[in-house]
Amino acid sequence: MRLFAALVLLLAMVNAQAVDLEGDQLARYHELNAELRCLICQNRSIAESDAPLAKDLRTIVEKQIAQGRSDAEIKQYLVDRYGKWVLYDPPLDSATLILWIGPFVLLAIGLLVVVLMMRRRREAPPERPSLDRDRLTRVLDEQTQPTDSASSKERS
Amino acid sequence: MIPEIGQFALILALGLATLQTVLPLYGVWRSRADCLAVAAPAAIGQFVMMGIAFVALGFAFYANDFSVAYVAANSNTQLPWFYRLAAIWGAHEGSLLLWMTLLACWSLAVALASRTLPREVASCVLAVMGAVSVGFLLFTLFTSNPFERQFPAPVEGRDLNPLLQDPGLVVHPPMLYMGYVGFAVAFAFAITALITGRVDSAWTRWTRPWTTAAWVFLTIGVTLGSWWAYNELGWGGWWFWDPVENASFMPWLVGTALIHSLAVTEKRGIFKSWTVLLAITAFALSLLGTFLVRSGVLISVHAFATDPTRGIYILTFFAVVVGGSLLLYALRAAQFESGREPVAALSREGLLLLNNIFLVVAAAGVLLGTLYPILADSLGMGRISVGPPYFNKVFIPLTAPLVVLIGAAAVMAWKRTRADVLRSRLWAPLLISIAVGVALPLLTVGTGALVAVAGCVLGCWAIATAFEDIVRRSRGRRVMLPRNVVGMALSHAGVGIFVIGVSLVSGFGSEHDVRLAPGESTEMVGYDFTFVGTRHVDGPNFTAEIGDFIVRKDGEQIAELYPAKRRYNAAGQTMTESGIDIGFTRDLYVSLGEPLSGDAWSVRIYHRPFVRWIWAGGFIAALGGLIALSDKRYYRRRATADKAVAVDRGLNPATA
Amino acid sequence: MMRWRLIVPVLVVFVLIVLLGYGLTRRPDILPSAFIDKPAPAFDLPTLASDRERISAADLKGSVTLVNVWASWCVACRAEHELITAVSRRTGVPVVGLNYKDTEEDALRWLGRYGNPFAVVAFDPSGAVGIDWGVSAVPETFVIDAEGIIRYKVVGPITREEMNATLIPKLEQLKGADS
Repeated sequence: MRLFAALVLLLAMVNAQAVDLEGDQLARYHELNAELRCLICQNRSIAESDAPLAKDLRTIVEKQIAQGRSDAEIKQYLVDRYGKWVLYDPPLDSATLILWIGPFVLLAIGLLVVVLMMRRRREAPPERPSLDRDRLTRVLDEQTQPTDSASSKERS
Repeated sequence: MIPEIGQFALILALGLATLQTVLPLYGVWRSRADCLAVAAPAAIGQFVMMGIAFVALGFAFYANDFSVAYVAANSNTQLPWFYRLAAIWGAHEGSLLLWMTLLACWSLAVALASRTLPREVASCVLAVMGAVSVGFLLFTLFTSNPFERQFPAPVEGRDLNPLLQDPGLVVHPPMLYMGYVGFAVAFAFAITALITGRVDSAWTRWTRPWTTAAWVFLTIGVTLGSWWAYNELGWGGWWFWDPVENASFMPWLVGTALIHSLAVTEKRGIFKSWTVLLAITAFALSLLGTFLVRSGVLISVHAFATDPTRGIYILTFFAVVVGGSLLLYALRAAQFESGREPVAALSREGLLLLNNIFLVVAAAGVLLGTLYPILADSLGMGRISVGPPYFNKVFIPLTAPLVVLIGAAAVMAWKRTRADVLRSRLWAPLLISIAVGVALPLLTVGTGALVAVAGCVLGCWAIATAFEDIVRRSRGRRVMLPRNVVGMALSHAGVGIFVIGVSLVSGFGSEHDVRLAPGESTEMVGYDFTFVGTRHVDGPNFTAEIGDFIVRKDGEQIAELYPAKRRYNAAGQTMTESGIDIGFTRDLYVSLGEPLSGDAWSVRIYHRPFVRWIWAGGFIAALGGLIALSDKRYYRRRATADKAVAVDRGLNPATA
Repeated sequence: MMRWRLIVPVLVVFVLIVLLGYGLTRRPDILPSAFIDKPAPAFDLPTLASDRERISAADLKGSVTLVNVWASWCVACRAEHELITAVSRRTGVPVVGLNYKDTEEDALRWLGRYGNPFAVVAFDPSGAVGIDWGVSAVPETFVIDAEGIIRYKVVGPITREEMNATLIPKLEQLKGADS
């Protein structure tokens, strides 16, 4: 079995298509491929495309990983050639500031509103008893006026 | 002849939809009962006309009537009959027809159920739905007529896009559209509330089942879409954060928020204007999805062939419907402001408020990521891509807290819950979920990825707390638990199952590219894949190279897989059909790359642990919604509710 | 009574509609080159059908040049072939071909059959230079000024409208600046 695996590996080295990386490097290869856009496809990463360009780019990624280049260097190499369009994971810079912090700013605002809603009530003791719907319902139910009781039953 | 009948039916449907809109609104304005009474019959008539149009197009497909341009473009005599029928919604024009037909179905359902609603409310709801219909019918008749003829008729059709020739096409779009369109009902109720100025518990009680029903369909539709993409795209992925997928996901997120906020509005009478806003937003996002798929502003795997004039029309329609609704909201929603109702931090409404914040912010995050390329371009910041890495980084921190909240959902009482009650009820589920959440990956895939194990614990937490609630409530009870309680627990457990699936497949999934010649084999996570060889097979409308693979574990054969490369005759496109061995704890997924030198092929092998749990979770959540929908309280009090409201508003109960 | 909070949604949607309306005026599938206003990437390739002669980026300097990336297997290249010839004839700008991922035999046969609009053709069978130039889809056409700076790029086949409306004016303008 091991011999077989070795044979497969050997064959893989001959052919550009199968990947000749192992362990961490292989994991990096898959990760990088998933983060790079196949420029001519309908919104797919180069990991997910059979287009010739995607294959070329995968080969470039593989070669550069084998040469010991870092992920950032490989990405920069591609950005130099194809622009930031090639990156599915846009780096944080002035152009993507809103993109990256927007949702969290929104969340902060939302949570602030929640905190204010909860705090405000407790700090300000109600000057008159607030409208207690359940109690109101009960009170209304006890009354005998048919019109009121009909509508209040609905709320219980 | 038949296509002309279809087209004529569409025109009549337009007339009826116009009646359905104009007269009832006039009736509401002038309190004219006779005008109000038009709504339901007009809606029923519109449904009949849409049905005729739909059947007419279906017949044209079935009979291979290539004089109909849409049929010729999307079908072929070699196409099996079930795909010919499903091809009705295989492209822009027909899918729009499906959209409108389903809207007519929902209108019909509202019209039939309207006997239990006050006439004014029912008519106003139908009028709003009619207005949506009018917009789409005009769009169809003027820019996207599916019945357009071409002469001379071609002898053969161009065939359905091979990507769509999958059982997924038969069920996924109708389900998804039922969900999309279903939010039109909640939307119509919201507009009615703004017009009539009433958001009371009767209103929420009517709105809730419709919203839940739409949500159930949308949940099934999105889940099916994910399952389909996994089977059909051939890359072992189950969610791609594609703009079109996001377009279906955003209404789901807001719809989920709406369901929860409706619960608060019904029980506590607060968050009224917020609930109305969510109902408008959920439908607005459905319309936005329609725009994104059909306008070509974004690049997507799933987009229809696009055309800027369609984009302009839908955008205008979107502006009128959504802009108009929100303007109405700005003018009229102030009356729903509930003033100083207390919201305690430790209370169910406090919890649901947090739930709403997280869901809505998550939806906003998806929206921002989806549209950011346009925004960056319009601000002159160049062309950038926003893809899965962004969405995963932003979406997970925004939704993980939601799963934590789910655990507290059942325990929290309305108004106020004591902290010691929470503690006493939650410690056991907490310990169980940590134990099971760690043990499950440990026993199956290992514990290498810590984040994934944490996700697994989180998923177990949702399941354990839901289970605890059911056990505790049914202890010492003879009668069945209320269905909405069971439904909620089941839906929350479904979310837990989904979270476990997502965590484990993301954390422990692996893939392998190899070159295999016949007879060779490769090993992956303990499984041994042997490539026997390929054979040539002729399908109904394609030819295929099928690869035979034998999978062994510890020397024993456990599966045979047949991934294939299909070449479709009509257009010559090549499609990858993956070979999948389905399992409870893992899928083994093989897809053929392409032939290399000799008889060898490049082959991709994927190990996808717990991937089935993703879809199981989705379907279980939908089932929970379905059970909640069958709760008696939505039906029991209809008659009295009707009378109550009628009396309340000084109308004569006899006419309501 | 109107509260400002209630106006927020309609404002958000207004912004959204403006944004989407702008989106409708753009073509998302057309990519601007990363090289606009940057020097042409370095390369050094043999010319087609000759063993000795080579062409490099330095040879592009000195006059306005058009670089056309093409291949014999590319259907769209056949479609724009006539227009490339026309541009060259009308403006007097030399066209340097970059034969991309092709075989020498096929490329020569293609030129023999349809005519050769190129002053010189660089031969790039591996496509390595194509990647350095950021080529994503063949054909692509680069406008390079006398300093060797890339000033404009057309992705996909040139259309007649594009040729008359942008390409030729661009070339004339650059030539004017040069002289």
